Amino acid sequence: MNPVLFAIALVFGILFFAAFVIWIERRFLALVQERYGPNRVGPLGLVQVIADIIKILTKENWIPPFADKGVFVIAPMIIMVTVLASFAVIPLGPGIVASDLDVGLLFFLAMSSLAVYSVALAGWASNSKFALLGGIRAVGQMVSYEVFMGISLLGVVLQTGSFSLVAIIEAQRRLWFCVPQFVGFVVFFIAGLAETRRIPFDLPEAESELVAGYHTEYSGFKFAMFYLGEYVGITLISSMIVVLFFGGWLGPWLPPFLWFVVKTLFFVVVFVLIRGSLPRPRYDQLIGFGWKLMFPLALANLVATGGIVLALAR
Amino acid sequence: MAEHSEVLRELEGRFGTGTIQVQETKDGMPTAWVSSEQLREVLGHLKTSSGGSYPLLYDLTAIDERNRKHREGQPPSDFTVVYQLQSFERNEELRIKVALQGERPSAPSVTGIWKNANFYEREVYDMFGLGFEGHPNLSRILMPPWWEGHPLRKEHPARGTELGPFVMDEAEQERQLEMLRFRPEDWGMKSQAEGHEYFFVNIGPQHPSAHGVLRVVAQMDGEVVVDLVPEIGFHHRGAEKMGERQSWHTFIPYTDRIDYLAGSMNNFPYLLSVEKLAGIEVPPRGKVIRILMAELFRVISHLVYYGTFSQDVGQMSPVFYMFNDREKGFDIVEAITGGRMHPGWFRIGGVAMDLPEGWDSMVRGFIKYMRRRLKDYDAAIMRNRLFQARTKGIGALSLDEAIEWGATGHFLRACGLEWDLRKKRPYGGYETFEFDIPTASHGDSYDRLLIHVEEMHQSLRIMEQCLANMPAGPYKSDHPLAVPPRKDGTMQDIETLINHFLGVSWGPVIPAGEASVTVEATKGNNSYYLVSDGGTTSYRTRIRTPCFAHVQMTPVMSRGLTISDLVVILGSVDYVLADVDR
Repeated sequence: MNPVLFAIALVFGILFFAAFVIWIERRFLALVQERYGPNRVGPLGLVQVIADIIKILTKENWIPPFADKGVFVIAPMIIMVTVLASFAVIPLGPGIVASDLDVGLLFFLAMSSLAVYSVALAGWASNSKFALLGGIRAVGQMVSYEVFMGISLLGVVLQTGSFSLVAIIEAQRRLWFCVPQFVGFVVFFIAGLAETRRIPFDLPEAESELVAGYHTEYSGFKFAMFYLGEYVGITLISSMIVVLFFGGWLGPWLPPFLWFVVKTLFFVVVFVLIRGSLPRPRYDQLIGFGWKLMFPLALANLVATGGIVLALAR
Repeated sequence: MAEHSEVLRELEGRFGTGTIQVQETKDGMPTAWVSSEQLREVLGHLKTSSGGSYPLLYDLTAIDERNRKHREGQPPSDFTVVYQLQSFERNEELRIKVALQGERPSAPSVTGIWKNANFYEREVYDMFGLGFEGHPNLSRILMPPWWEGHPLRKEHPARGTELGPFVMDEAEQERQLEMLRFRPEDWGMKSQAEGHEYFFVNIGPQHPSAHGVLRVVAQMDGEVVVDLVPEIGFHHRGAEKMGERQSWHTFIPYTDRIDYLAGSMNNFPYLLSVEKLAGIEVPPRGKVIRILMAELFRVISHLVYYGTFSQDVGQMSPVFYMFNDREKGFDIVEAITGGRMHPGWFRIGGVAMDLPEGWDSMVRGFIKYMRRRLKDYDAAIMRNRLFQARTKGIGALSLDEAIEWGATGHFLRACGLEWDLRKKRPYGGYETFEFDIPTASHGDSYDRLLIHVEEMHQSLRIMEQCLANMPAGPYKSDHPLAVPPRKDGTMQDIETLINHFLGVSWGPVIPAGEASVTVEATKGNNSYYLVSDGGTTSYRTRIRTPCFAHVQMTPVMSRGLTISDLVVILGSVDYVLADVDR
């Protein structure tokens, strides 16, 4: 297939999937919360997201007069670009990957680090107190959680001996990494929650405290980019969990691509369930949890894995 | 003067006879007039005296006496400032009055004695135009700063149509907006300290966690709240002024909307006061129906508190569960009364109608259902470690602080004081019910929630007893002043016909006098202080609501904590802005 066509298909496929994730979240969360959720537009409310997109695209492109206009517009684009770019290295099935980079994992980490800029700049450029507080929180949180997110993945890299995501999946033919790398999985999952700024790590946008945090001043399509970016982010983290710890496309009976989608959807639902059940910690508790518990845990996992790999190699 | 209560005799003994003048009231509360020179001395003595002190300033209000006819045995006064004090040791309340003469007289401020007098004195200034010498910031509190006149003065019009047409041009809008601007200096705050600048965050009146139109201005140092100014009045409807215009009967539905989450519970103190003035005794069935409705509304109101509190802490789902439960409660309210949130169901002398067929199975089903749900919520919220980490130790108050700031209800119980008026001073038939008073010991946000949860269990218990022991008989008194009056004898004797005609056309004429009854409402103690001048409307309706005092306390609880904690504290107070502003 023509690589350009493939890339375009991938981007639209992911956006379509993210829209589907929005539907899943709204319906599933409603189920958890004894409500119906959107069930009027199309069968089972499936077309609701499309209706919302049409609505949001036809809204006024409003920039608050007190905002830093250029940065204000660029900020939401950054998140879309970085999150979508990360998908370039994720193998959706044998041979179905935009670019099997040798350093695929590093590329993913680099892109997720860049995403911090989006939130920080949005909070800063809005020139509003709530947005500023949200932006500051976001930077503190994401920088802290990024550290051990990277470390938690090194166990997988040590076991595989490669940064390539395809190689990592191939290495799981005998045993999925969620068993030997269980600690790494837990740490990465939590860091992933923080990366996507979901409850219980939604402090940057904490509705009950900061109104909407860093995107308080955003509306229309610029807001939609943050909103869609969040769901593309959830899809990204879910598929990364599947790739790194749950054997990617590997699995019996079903076609590989379908396996990948089913596994990813499973983690999307787990994300939704967590959102439906947990409260939000305070900022200092959040940072304390990260540095005092998650960080040592990730380090210990790295040292232990390194030791075992070294011992087995001899 | 042998029948004087103990405290008044003690006062006379200390300050000498002649300094205080005793007044008889319909509610039997000891009431004494004190000169304004001696006021501070007397109140200070009452607050601190050993052996039966009155540590809590329960209410501070005023009466415009200039048009009042029935003032037998009272000293001459144009404006009377009324202080209502509460003693826990004596289990008694005390009313102290100060007579003021002139068009815009002043009284000494008691903010030096009780901290919570601050808001109350501002309210009296705002409503009556009275001054308070020594008040730190005597400014308008409920009315907007550009308002002309003082609404509760008798010469102030009561209807919008009497005020002339409303005009708002751009210049006026600018002027009003400018007046709303927050100036830290007005509140004794600095915008800068050594080496750094504070920034001020305006939270509300439109904010997801303001729970209504509360405006809180926080002085922030990073994420830390240095100081706080709560600003109220955005929800003011002039309920007390309406009380002077509506007949005794037609004011009932207005009371429903004071604490709009607690529906019938609001009718309770109002009608108990009216019945005290009129000398009406409610028949047993009427009493139990009232208690059933009041406790049902307590559960309904607490559910909203529980859900929104957990939402403030960041939990998304409980609020939906609890609104569903509340809906089940409203189903019962609807079956019994036909209304839902504001049924306006109590009547002078009883309730509006008898219970419908099948009410008992509905209530029984609700009790069973709620017990199961409350168990689930314990697991999801109360035992959730993240939730505990966010609420334990946050917004803690000592018992002394709580009393100093005029806190009542769950605040006192959360601080460990076993105090519930339903038990301590049973009203409206509560003496026949068995229930416990829950208490906690830390006085923090978590404990306040704990008290609410336990109260729901106790309310369900009371409702169960209502089910088991619903007396037979009439649901409304046949007293001639009960409304609507009885009709069965109207075709036989002229007396009943006249009573019925007057009661229906004018509304009942309640005998002159003063009465105030306090109830343990859902959010603290609520009372209606009614002054009748022997007419078809009340001469003065004072609504003492718990939330007014509690909102005033928020700065004490939140100083030095973060903005996230502030949200938790606001959630834990359990206030409703309609109840604060009236």
